[in-house]
Amino acid sequence: MLENAINGGRRYWVWIFCLLGVIGVGFLAYIYQFINGLGVTGMSRDVSWGLYIGQFTFLVGVAASGVMVVLPYYLHDYKKFGRLTILGEFLAIAAVIMCMLFIFVDLGQPLRVLNVILHPTLNSVMFYDMLVLSGYLFLNLLIGWTVLGAERKEVPPAKWVKPLIILSIAWAPSIHTVTAFLYAGIPGRHFWLTAILAARFLASAFAGGPSLLILLCLIVRKYTKFDPGKEAIQSLGKIVTYCMLLNVFFLGLELFTAFYSQIPGHMHSFVYLYAGLHGHNQLVPIMWLSSILAAISVFMLVFPQIRKKEGLLAIACVATFFSLWIDKGFGLVIGGFVPNPFEKITEYWPTIPEALITLAIWAIGFLILTILYKIAISVKEEVVFDKYGERQIKAE
Amino acid sequence: MYNGGKILIGLIIFVGLVTFPFLYGGVKATAKPDPKIDTPEILKMTEKERKCVESKAFMKKEHMQLLNDWRDWVVRDGNTIYTNAEGKTFTMSLQNTCMKCHSNKSKFCDECHNYTAVKPYCWDCHIAPKEKKS
Amino acid sequence: MSVNRRDFLKIVSMSTILSIGGVATVSSLKNHAEASQLSKSPTALTAKRWAMVVDMSKFTSEEDYRKCIDACHLTHNVPNITDNPKHEIKWLWTETYEHAFPGNEDVYRAEKFQHMPFLMLCNHCENPPCVRVCPTQATFKRKSDGIVMMDMHRCIGCRFCMAGCPYGARSFNFKNPRPFVDQAKENPEFPTRMKGVVEKCTLCYERLAKGLLPACVEAAKEIAAKKGTTPGLIFGDLEDPNSEVRKILSERFTIRRKPELGTGPSVYYII
Repeated sequence: MLENAINGGRRYWVWIFCLLGVIGVGFLAYIYQFINGLGVTGMSRDVSWGLYIGQFTFLVGVAASGVMVVLPYYLHDYKKFGRLTILGEFLAIAAVIMCMLFIFVDLGQPLRVLNVILHPTLNSVMFYDMLVLSGYLFLNLLIGWTVLGAERKEVPPAKWVKPLIILSIAWAPSIHTVTAFLYAGIPGRHFWLTAILAARFLASAFAGGPSLLILLCLIVRKYTKFDPGKEAIQSLGKIVTYCMLLNVFFLGLELFTAFYSQIPGHMHSFVYLYAGLHGHNQLVPIMWLSSILAAISVFMLVFPQIRKKEGLLAIACVATFFSLWIDKGFGLVIGGFVPNPFEKITEYWPTIPEALITLAIWAIGFLILTILYKIAISVKEEVVFDKYGERQIKAE
Repeated sequence: MYNGGKILIGLIIFVGLVTFPFLYGGVKATAKPDPKIDTPEILKMTEKERKCVESKAFMKKEHMQLLNDWRDWVVRDGNTIYTNAEGKTFTMSLQNTCMKCHSNKSKFCDECHNYTAVKPYCWDCHIAPKEKKS
Repeated sequence: MSVNRRDFLKIVSMSTILSIGGVATVSSLKNHAEASQLSKSPTALTAKRWAMVVDMSKFTSEEDYRKCIDACHLTHNVPNITDNPKHEIKWLWTETYEHAFPGNEDVYRAEKFQHMPFLMLCNHCENPPCVRVCPTQATFKRKSDGIVMMDMHRCIGCRFCMAGCPYGARSFNFKNPRPFVDQAKENPEFPTRMKGVVEKCTLCYERLAKGLLPACVEAAKEIAAKKGTTPGLIFGDLEDPNSEVRKILSERFTIRRKPELGTGPSVYYII
């Protein structure tokens, strides 16, 4: 199956080499950071987590969203998702690897990372995060590979895969809940200290992940002979709609509790993010961009006449993805650190090395995704086509 | 043999690359390490007093493990006094015990470490005793 | 006997994992020392729970607290980061009332209280959130005396503890601190730290082990001796009913920082 990854046309290889170029530049930036320390980033004593941890948080959500295609197919026999499950599982693999890389580049002493395994700490949420992410990666690799291999041989997959798939369905929400627990149990950081943080995370994950998956499906249909299916994409669109509505609703709940209670500690982070506090307003434009994009996406998704047109659905998905990427991949982390425990403000903005390293990790993720999708689609192209070279399931 | 010429040339290049570090470094790089224990602090002691925490053979083989153990016992357990096999007590500290006698890091610690290309990160934090440039 | 490629790879990877695991297990079981070989110094200061009382009436001029801060920072080779305030490292410093006790603001509070230089340090909490979140136990609460310690050798620099501390007591080494440690004034008996680890006040555990008071407490005593008053920093065992700190707590009204968070801070302030 692996040989499918090196049998590609010109477009494939140009894409691969572009990604490798971005990765190369970012790798050099990482060497610079490794030698000089994390001071080359924009982080500070007050804002001690930044873009790397924000991206990690966002991508755990994308990884967890694989469950949104696996669950309906395996638990509820929703056959339309049959062609998508492997795409969801492989997206989860790429996302989890990106998460682990973001953690690695964020560590001050990365060569000591094995200390987390050598000295297990049962009271630390980060220990469990490491466990559940590694477990999820292993599960998805094993399941994805086995199911795809069976499909290639045109036999049903081995019986032992089914319980593992059920396990992965339960495991997926847990990875994101554990990630939310990193934030939601910290005393003194009132922006994060909310019981609904895990619920917010899951809602935004199940809106952001499937929206990316829809975009990937449209790209796959355009550039390969494999068609994930128009109805499957529409079902995903409905999932994105409901979860985005939930996500916006949850944000409303947070805003209500903060501003109706009028407790300064609860309000200050929101005021800093959306209006600026004591003259510090660096993040205000992008937070409002996130909100405007969310409004656009909800408007476009709610109306079936718009959602049914795939071109407009694509635009709505792009808006959804970027809105959530800003909110969770940046605003969430910085909001927790501003203002600091002394009610003083230190602002944060990523530096160029930080941005290059971040881009490189995204490029690694897309590289893994490209290779895995190439393998999966090559298999599906062979199998889903009938012997007359016609698509077995016609696009409706 | 088939392609004999290419194989021979390849072999010669390989041998050249592998032995290059030794040829470049010369005798200096391959000289046996000679850690010096003739620091002023050690010379001040009588022959009988010149005993390290443990025997020379033990320290040669186990000083890495001993230092690892010492740091866990001091930092994590809060114990500061070590009693060796002969009943002599020492304060467990690299900077304040070991380096008080072995005050010549560049002629002692570095001798073997440079030879074996080992770069322990102790000195990133622990302050090495100041040596006179000789 | 011929083995196909897949089976060969499976055999090789299983044997590698098992042999590495076997070696690691065997070496971890090796006994390194008898318990009788290790002990504390007989002169060490011990307590069940160390605590500090800061008497603000004794900190009237900048010199008063500057001496304490310098004593701490010089004893522990704390770097003075001059090129970027974002990378500041501080174990002991001052904040005004509204920043030391946020949530307790009042515009009508007397001027003299608003500008008091409250000394800030790690509170060595009874129930420390930083210890709870550390994934490697690089920061841990010493069972013997309650000091929240730092094991610089184990810290992976994840900075979860910095997020977890509600008092902003922790600093991270964003770069190599050595160039920022004044070589003329450095203390050769205490290490520096390296880039990539978190540091904070550790209640001078190394001085307590030798029977000495913490550096800041010692400095406060010297200032008091010169001025002919009582020291501004009082140090003692909270669980010893006869200790100095308990005497003060029984006589004077004290406040602690953010007690509602349940952390149980061990630093008390007399206003």
